[in-house]
Amino acid sequence: MSMGALKQYIDLFREHCGLIDANSAAPLNALRPEAYRLLQDMKLPAEGDDNYENCDLEAMLAPDYGLNIARVDIDVNPQATFRCDVPMLTTSLFMLVNDTFAAAEGAVESLPEGVEAGSLRRLAIENPEVVSAYYGKLADMTNPVTALDTMLAQDGFYLRIRKGVKVDKPIQLVNILENGMPLMAVRRMLIIVEDEAEAKLLVCDHTQNPDLDFLSLETVEMFVGCNARFDYYNLEESTEKTTRISTLYLRQEAGSNVSVDGLTLFNGTTRNEYYTLFAGEDAELHLYGMGIEDASRKVSTYSRIDHAVPRCRSNEMFKYTLDDTAKGAFTGRIHVAPGAVKTEAFQSNRNLVGSNEARMTSRPELEIYNDDVKCSHGTAIGQLNEMQMFYMRTRGLDEATARLLLKQAFMADIIDRIKVDALRDRLRLMTERRFAGESSACASCARCGR
Amino acid sequence: MLKVKDLHAQINGKEILKGIDLEIRPGEVHAIMGPNGSGKSTLSMVLAGNPAYEVTEGTAEFNGKDLLSMPPETRSHEGLFLGFQYPVEIPGVSMVNFMRAAVNAKREYFHQPPMSATDFLKMMREKRAVVELDNKLASRSVNEGFSGGEKKRNEIFQMAVLEPKLSILDETDSGLDVDALRVVAEGVNKLKNENNATIVITHYQRLLDYIRPEFIHILYKGRIVKSGGPELALEIENRGYDWIKEEVDNQ
Ligand SMILES: Nc1ncnc2c1ncn2[C@@H]1O[C@H](COP(=O)(O)OP(=O)(O)OP(=O)(O)O)[C@@H](O)[C@H]1O
Ligand SMILES: [Mg+2]
Repeated sequence: MSMGALKQYIDLFREHCGLIDANSAAPLNALRPEAYRLLQDMKLPAEGDDNYENCDLEAMLAPDYGLNIARVDIDVNPQATFRCDVPMLTTSLFMLVNDTFAAAEGAVESLPEGVEAGSLRRLAIENPEVVSAYYGKLADMTNPVTALDTMLAQDGFYLRIRKGVKVDKPIQLVNILENGMPLMAVRRMLIIVEDEAEAKLLVCDHTQNPDLDFLSLETVEMFVGCNARFDYYNLEESTEKTTRISTLYLRQEAGSNVSVDGLTLFNGTTRNEYYTLFAGEDAELHLYGMGIEDASRKVSTYSRIDHAVPRCRSNEMFKYTLDDTAKGAFTGRIHVAPGAVKTEAFQSNRNLVGSNEARMTSRPELEIYNDDVKCSHGTAIGQLNEMQMFYMRTRGLDEATARLLLKQAFMADIIDRIKVDALRDRLRLMTERRFAGESSACASCARCGR
Repeated sequence: MLKVKDLHAQINGKEILKGIDLEIRPGEVHAIMGPNGSGKSTLSMVLAGNPAYEVTEGTAEFNGKDLLSMPPETRSHEGLFLGFQYPVEIPGVSMVNFMRAAVNAKREYFHQPPMSATDFLKMMREKRAVVELDNKLASRSVNEGFSGGEKKRNEIFQMAVLEPKLSILDETDSGLDVDALRVVAEGVNKLKNENNATIVITHYQRLLDYIRPEFIHILYKGRIVKSGGPELALEIENRGYDWIKEEVDNQ
């Protein structure tokens, strides 16, 4: 029998499963009993357990947040309060408020034929066979946070790019956390990029109200077909009182090329997990991430890249800066199967620690079961280079400016790799402001008082 | 302009400078020579304010102000420039952004508004011409992947941009080919006037042939053990340091 933080969710489900089901759709409801059954015997890993350095799931899930299982309309008008889009980025813009699909004014019309995007719940009602064919097929129910998400998720975002369809314009999904009292949002994302299709998705996670506690629980399932290309950018701009647990599952077929970018600009306590599988040969993955952590923010990242078949390439790079009493952790597992010859796998995790109280742990875990591979990993936890600092100061830059430029430079290789020009420029500006200590990165959004 | 008295400094608990006295007036050019490890770069680092070095005794006055109490950036604003023996590479920080930040920091110090983008670019172009610095280098990261000679040229370029009152050039000549040496030396000469001063640290007469300092100082074991005119440099060129070392060590 499960104890601790999970118990309240199990109890909630037992009492309200009818209401949860009634406000969702059959393909999602179908997996709940199994999730419920598994969760009863599960225990959350403790902080410091393998793969859970600086990540205390028990503490993250313990508070009694409200859940909106009856799908009561929360009185926010996202279009009115939210203007935090990336300027110059002409996207098809979709919105989720908390865990409910909200607005898509004009967005659907802006998409080319062969692209479907919108509410996961709606699609699951209208087209249950499609959702059933994919939903829960990648998500690992032995992972407690995935089981929890599966038990509770009622809606979310759905994106499907039909075979051979190439979408030039980036698609943008904005997730907003906003409520009059503390809230837990449980989200699900299902992304299907069929063979030879191409698309870019930018997901921006925002918390509108900085004074309230929010918990965002999210599971993403991503299927990328043969020779398809998909770029996924996830930008977190939440608040110190936001807890985020995000788990992403990716399956890549032969010849596909995927970029996944986890960009943590502002956060509270964040746990990001990435599980990726090469299911077909000659596929390529770029898994990047960065985090700017100061005050008492926490970020913990776990990734597992499975090279199950020959001739795939993975390139992984995560960078973090930690100041004040921030804590961070990176664990990067790369598994190369015995038959996965000609694998190329590169991993790098570099961290700048700027105070005596900040903490970072970094753990590369390479398991390579054949000799015919090119693999490398590098990890570094260091401080700003004193000689660089001094050099800059002799040219008249004060310490703060020198530090700012060096931190900006440190993040440059993550930012420079972003393939959406407007996002790249925007992020460069936002990180600069962030490092400059501005309380909010985004001057164009209502939350930041404009 | 600069008055250094009985300056002692250490790094990691090891005393390197053991009582330096030095006075520089506007319009003067001084050369500091001395065997490897004698403390020349240490002196330049201490004057520029490298926090890794600790001053244990002595004073340094710069245009009437207490130099040693200023942070490095204030020393720069007040007109001190150090051309590094080993210019530092800063990957990810572009030369242009770096120089813009430097120029505007100085302007802010003197309560001036930031320079306009067009004025700034115009100035960069003019100053680049002084040392014939390749335009391509200006768009790259600071010193990253620059050749030894390019790094040294870049130091003089920065000096030209910042228009210091006192420049300390630590072995700016080493690693330069003959043509580059001429260009760099001419650059230094072009920037020279009656209101500023230069200290060149060097091992070689060939730089001094161009720059022609009036004062030569020999630094040995953390002290200036001999000072003289241009003839002293020629004597070193011919006889090496052994005779000076003997004189000092026998005292
Ligand atoms: N970080 C340090 N820790 C200990 N000793 C140091 C350190 N840095 C420099 N030194 C020592 O200080 C002494 C002076 O070094 P410095 O670089 O000032 O010599 P220099 O006169 O510039 O020599 P060169 O002509 O080779 O450039 C040397 O013995 C050097 O080893
Ligand atoms: Mg030296």
